[in-house]
Amino acid sequence: MPAFLLKRFAQSIVLLVIVSIIGFVVLNLIPGGPLAQFALDPGMTEADKARLAEQLGLNRPLLVQYFDWAWRLLQGDWGISFRDGNPVLTVISRHLFATFLLMGSSTVIAIAIGTWIGIRGATHRYSTFDYAATVGAMVALSIPTFWFGLIGIYVFSLKLGWLPAGNMYSIGDGSVLDYLHHLIMPSVVLALVHIAVWSRYMRTATLDAISQEFVKTARAKGVTERRVLMKHVVGNALLPMITLAGVQLPSILTGALVTETVFTWPGMGRLFLDSLGYSDYPVVMGLLMFSAILTIAGNLVADIVVALVDPRIRLA
Amino acid sequence: MTTLTATHSPSRWWQSRVLRRFLSHRLALLGLLMITLLTLACVVGPYLLPYDSLYIDLRARFAPPFASDHYLGTDPLGRDIAARLFMAGRISLLVGFFAMVLSIFVGTLVGVIAGYRGGWISAVLMRTVDGFLSYPTIFLLLALAAALKPSPVMITIIIAVTSWMEVARIVEAEVRSLKEREFVLAGRMLGLGRSHIMFREILPNAMGPIIVAATLTVARAILLEAYISFLGFGIQPPLPSWGNMLNGAQQYLASAPWLAIIPGIAITIAVSSFNFIGDGLRDALDVRNDTV
Repeated sequence: MPAFLLKRFAQSIVLLVIVSIIGFVVLNLIPGGPLAQFALDPGMTEADKARLAEQLGLNRPLLVQYFDWAWRLLQGDWGISFRDGNPVLTVISRHLFATFLLMGSSTVIAIAIGTWIGIRGATHRYSTFDYAATVGAMVALSIPTFWFGLIGIYVFSLKLGWLPAGNMYSIGDGSVLDYLHHLIMPSVVLALVHIAVWSRYMRTATLDAISQEFVKTARAKGVTERRVLMKHVVGNALLPMITLAGVQLPSILTGALVTETVFTWPGMGRLFLDSLGYSDYPVVMGLLMFSAILTIAGNLVADIVVALVDPRIRLA
Repeated sequence: MTTLTATHSPSRWWQSRVLRRFLSHRLALLGLLMITLLTLACVVGPYLLPYDSLYIDLRARFAPPFASDHYLGTDPLGRDIAARLFMAGRISLLVGFFAMVLSIFVGTLVGVIAGYRGGWISAVLMRTVDGFLSYPTIFLLLALAAALKPSPVMITIIIAVTSWMEVARIVEAEVRSLKEREFVLAGRMLGLGRSHIMFREILPNAMGPIIVAATLTVARAILLEAYISFLGFGIQPPLPSWGNMLNGAQQYLASAPWLAIIPGIAITIAVSSFNFIGDGLRDALDVRNDTV
């Protein structure tokens, strides 16, 4: 177990280094690089810019700049937002709760529905349900999330008036029920794609588990079919899903950005777009790095959980 | 020497098992039909419609669909939505197609080299793949789109930059398993050069998964273009794309819902067509079913 953990940690650190290099390249691709905010400022002369570049150490070799940048990243110094003058990490942390709330609730929905569809598809293989689920998943993966959101708003907010069209809570009302009321539509919209993904993987994993010897053994012992399914099949089929949850993180973040935009949800995605609009590059870069680190950490946690739950991996 | 000359079976390609299996895949045929019709409409449509996609008619603003000779209605500037939809389709389909070509090229190159060479070359290349995959696509895409001039060519390039990794992974795995096969050993013993073995001997045998990945990559690229154009960082007006037709549709959702509904249907049809075709090709080419 410690050897496995150590190896996995080392991999994550290598990945972090690579991700930081990609991030640094993107930062320097922005015209004007780290000085982009002053590019259109008429009060800035070339001499001013040169002096600023000197002060910020932008005339040093790129390699030195990279190490300097990465070192400050490590220390938690992610720069200052151009827009409101706060440290980038403070700005990001203010938007974390909204995004995590949205991602969490939509993941719960996706897992619950996706797992159910997947198991049913596998146990009723080649049935009408299975076929409809397969086609449905492919169509769901083809619908742009933002468009699904717009249609949702049109039907459920504008026509039926059942759900709010956006925001996280109504002004003057901050009750849990009010939050939940606002949470329903964005979570379902964000969940759609992931229901499709989960159901496909769960179907495959369930079919894999059903064909295993221990399932035959359990049946031979006279265990009821329901118990075989719930205990032996689903238990084993869920294992690879933990890994999947980690792998899905970047795609959930992508969906969250789009969903937050449509529903004016005050999370990280919305912050990212607003910051892009204001050319607030420290925040843009911060969010870019933050999302990648979150993904790496998520995958690491998923792998550790799988190792804890599954002795086969721990002992291998 | 025995007369075991490697002649192909006498059947023609239209008699092949792959084609027969593809043709028996109803969903794939539906996809093929839908995308053919859509492409035809985008190519020919603008010539048949009474209005130009850029013609602004302020007296005809917000005309609803199916009510006048603006068959699909008009937008807030009174431009004909049908004409814009087809012109946008040209852009969106072209961007999707060329982004696929680019990312398949890069992904295949990286995958073949990493898979065949192994060792530290493979380690560096595949860890780079992992690095790119750690970023949520849209974050990377938007940062690049905001940083660079968003011309259609640049949008195509940055979509490819964020889409080549999965192909690289698929090809790498395929090449890694193929390189141990006898025909590769035979090639090596014959003294064939490394690049000849990689690209002339191994690559043709890995075409099945690449073709499937290519089809699914078109679907993905069209979707990504729609995302960033919807968010305002992709194809810039007055050039229409399915994504940027939806940009701004939200504020008119109550009064002119067709502004949002129509382009979305076009995107969904195009993307699901490619997904259906990809699924059919996967079955026909007998590619392992390990991607969604």
